[in-house]
Amino acid sequence: MLSTLAQQAPGELEAGLTAVGRGIVYGGAAIGPGVGIGIVVGNAITAMARQPEAAGMVRTTMFLGIAFTEALALFGFVLSFIISG
Amino acid sequence: MRDAHDADDKDPKAAAGAPAVEKAIAFDMLRRSVWLVPFVLIAATLIWGADGASSSAVAVGLVLVNLVLSALALSWAANVSLNAIMAVALGGFAVRMGLVTLVIVLVKDEPWIDLVALGVSVLVTHLGLLFWELRYVSASLAFPGLKPGTVKEARPS
Repeated sequence: MLSTLAQQAPGELEAGLTAVGRGIVYGGAAIGPGVGIGIVVGNAITAMARQPEAAGMVRTTMFLGIAFTEALALFGFVLSFIISG
Repeated sequence: MRDAHDADDKDPKAAAGAPAVEKAIAFDMLRRSVWLVPFVLIAATLIWGADGASSSAVAVGLVLVNLVLSALALSWAANVSLNAIMAVALGGFAVRMGLVTLVIVLVKDEPWIDLVALGVSVLVTHLGLLFWELRYVSASLAFPGLKPGTVKEARPS
């Protein structure tokens, strides 16, 4: 394997590893908010089903919760592009 | 199962028919962005120069379009059903991230784009607008009597 790596053109290995790093950063940053949004919306729906009269308040909190959780995804996403330069 | 039966009794459609609060919040944030955006653009220009300003403009556009799309989709889903809210929230997240990816992939190699400025501007604008809005929303939820309009309604004419 080392001999194979030694045959790589200069910078090729670095570019490959950068791409892998970007994938890991973006993938990791998308999984967390995905789970988070699922939890926020799931609980909001439970709350609305139990207490329909509070739906306006629940949806307000839900929307803000989604937006805050999404900030993490945006952060990881932008970071992945910054890593690649 | 018992909870599901209870929910059916309370008519979940009624919950879905509440006013479009997401739309109201998003357009409120859009209105507030008129004040926040010039500061972000000026700061980006001072720190990163002209490239920073153009990158910031792209970032601000991305954040605002993202928020408005999210609000419109959720408001629409809320009028359909509770299941639609779940589907639109998670599906919409994937679609909007795809759109953000597409925009950044398209502009990232342009000479007038500075990726660091773009990233910082996205975060500052997104979080800035959210925290600004949160102040008003949390105040309204904690002190409903202080909501604009409540005093007028309570006063005898």
